[in-house]
Amino acid sequence: MTTTTSRTDVVLPPLTRVYRSRASVELKEFFRQRESVVFTLLFPVILLGVFGAVLDYDIGAGVSFTQYFMAGIIAAGILGASLQNMAISIATERSDGTLKHLAGTPMPKSAYFIGKVVQVLAVTVLIIVVLLAVGGLAYGVPLPSGSDWVTFAWVAALGAAACTLLGIAVSSLARNGRSASAMVTPIALVLQFISGVFFQFSQVPTWMQTIASLFPLKWMAQGLRSVFLPDVLAAQEPAGSWELDRVALVLGLWCVAGLVLCVLTFRWQDR
Amino acid sequence: MQKDSLLPTGKGPRPPHPAQAQGGTRDGAAAGPWREPDPDAAISIRGLVKRYGTATAVDGLDLDIHRGEIFALLGPNGAGKTTTVEICEGFRRRDGGEVRVLGTDPAEASRRWKAQLGIVLQSGAGDSQLTCRELVRAEASYHADPRDPDEVLELVGLTEKADARGRLLSGGQRRRLDVALGIVGRPTLLFLDEPTTGFDPEARRQFWSLIRSLRDLGTTMLLTTHYLDEAEALADRVGVIAHGRLVEVAVPAALGGRGQAPAVVSWTEDGVRRTADTATPTAFVRELATRFPGEVPDLAVARPTLEDVYLRMIGHEQ
Ligand SMILES: Nc1ncnc2c1ncn2[C@@H]1O[C@H](COP(=O)(O)OP(=O)(O)OP(=O)(O)O)[C@@H](O)[C@H]1O
Ligand SMILES: [Mg+2]
Repeated sequence: MTTTTSRTDVVLPPLTRVYRSRASVELKEFFRQRESVVFTLLFPVILLGVFGAVLDYDIGAGVSFTQYFMAGIIAAGILGASLQNMAISIATERSDGTLKHLAGTPMPKSAYFIGKVVQVLAVTVLIIVVLLAVGGLAYGVPLPSGSDWVTFAWVAALGAAACTLLGIAVSSLARNGRSASAMVTPIALVLQFISGVFFQFSQVPTWMQTIASLFPLKWMAQGLRSVFLPDVLAAQEPAGSWELDRVALVLGLWCVAGLVLCVLTFRWQDR
Repeated sequence: MQKDSLLPTGKGPRPPHPAQAQGGTRDGAAAGPWREPDPDAAISIRGLVKRYGTATAVDGLDLDIHRGEIFALLGPNGAGKTTTVEICEGFRRRDGGEVRVLGTDPAEASRRWKAQLGIVLQSGAGDSQLTCRELVRAEASYHADPRDPDEVLELVGLTEKADARGRLLSGGQRRRLDVALGIVGRPTLLFLDEPTTGFDPEARRQFWSLIRSLRDLGTTMLLTTHYLDEAEALADRVGVIAHGRLVEVAVPAALGGRGQAPAVVSWTEDGVRRTADTATPTAFVRELATRFPGEVPDLAVARPTLEDVYLRMIGHEQ
């Protein structure tokens, strides 16, 4: 081998500075893009408004469908902020050369993903806050209480983590942002229909329930129903209970699968 | 921040690079005996091969780029310039040969190694909702000791557009932003893959003086371009690449035997335009001057331009 004369005295900036910088870049990229703000943030709120006004029937135990829908639309909002957002934005950045440019800088690769995580976190929290506010003020959906907040937090966090990882993995399948959107939007819509977002899950045909239970959205919605609905309604679930242990298990498995897929498929440039 | 400011300071010109005094070397084209890559060179390439499927894009390329030198890589579309440059930058894998960039194999790129590079890709740096200033600041944050972002924007002539979003820039402005992102980290070695595409003439001149001041600071540069005047104005040496092979490496004035090529003397005599090829234009003109009482009408002495010899070389290759 050749002797190398590479320098070892080159200084790198502190990681925290790079992480902060990437976080700020990602927040600006999201909130300055009208399409992403409307599609990801406003759309769930509009749906809540429409469904709350139209489907205000009693689903039992004196609970309105709007309250049921709150769990579903928050789950769908998290899906949009994480899976759909990541798949589309990363596919776009890969096809327009942003990722390749970053790969040529001394930026640590971890900083890119930290920035994305901060973006997902910020958008997710914002969606949840807005949905809770609109649901509470316009439709009288009560806020969760006591230990339900803990369930709320871990279901949302675990679901967002699984869907972020899946979104990063899915971005590698698409040629560009547009094709990522064409791929992931219909899938998300179908999943929303069969996972108990727009209808009560108990009204979905059994074979569709089976398909839905393979994917994270159904488990996020179910976990969140345990937060927003009284426990008597657990009887309406397929298993007759909220199955929170199973929610944690399936979402955890999707995190592992998503991470493996990311590591196997992530590319910094177009093929 | 001012220790190596690029803004005009009235500093004297730098002495010419040693390679410039040597005249034309053919260290690229000669199929000489195998030599190890030179670890002290900024870039050292030996027998580089790159294939895409069955097509060979780079076919046994040898090249040394010295520290502190500006090297221009010329060649027709598809010659293999970007492929070679992006292998040096660590973006593409090679299929054969050895490459050392700042003493390191680019296939084993580390962050410390990348911190010494500035990269302006032919494909640009992507779209963004951020403003020029925010983008240059973000880029600066990846480096321990970056240039002042506002100064960098001024150097590339984007001060007026500092608060405009990256995606709303014109083509040439976007390219200037790419250059700004490439130099903000104070690179030791700067790669510029067709950096001036879309520049207006004034921006090009401004870019040239930026490149010269970077050279005065000791920055090594590998530049690809289709503008021969740019290569001639900036480069210490130029290499011509065709079909993935270096055809010749020389100082611009000596490329293609340009220095020794016969000069063409032209003048008007008895109302007729006349020309003569001569290896001794001075003697020829002195002799010519004796035939006229005063000025020789319409006298001109010309050497083949870089474009003439370049086109001749490329023509032979194809
Ligand atoms: N990713 C790729 N996959 C397949 N073929 C490629 C790829 N990149 C380049 N090539 C081919 O390799 C050859 C060299 O391409 P390269 O981009 O290096 O040329 P270049 O000298 O930079 O040309 P230009 O002046 O047009 O930028 C071309 O024939 C090109 O079609
Ligand atoms: Mg090219």
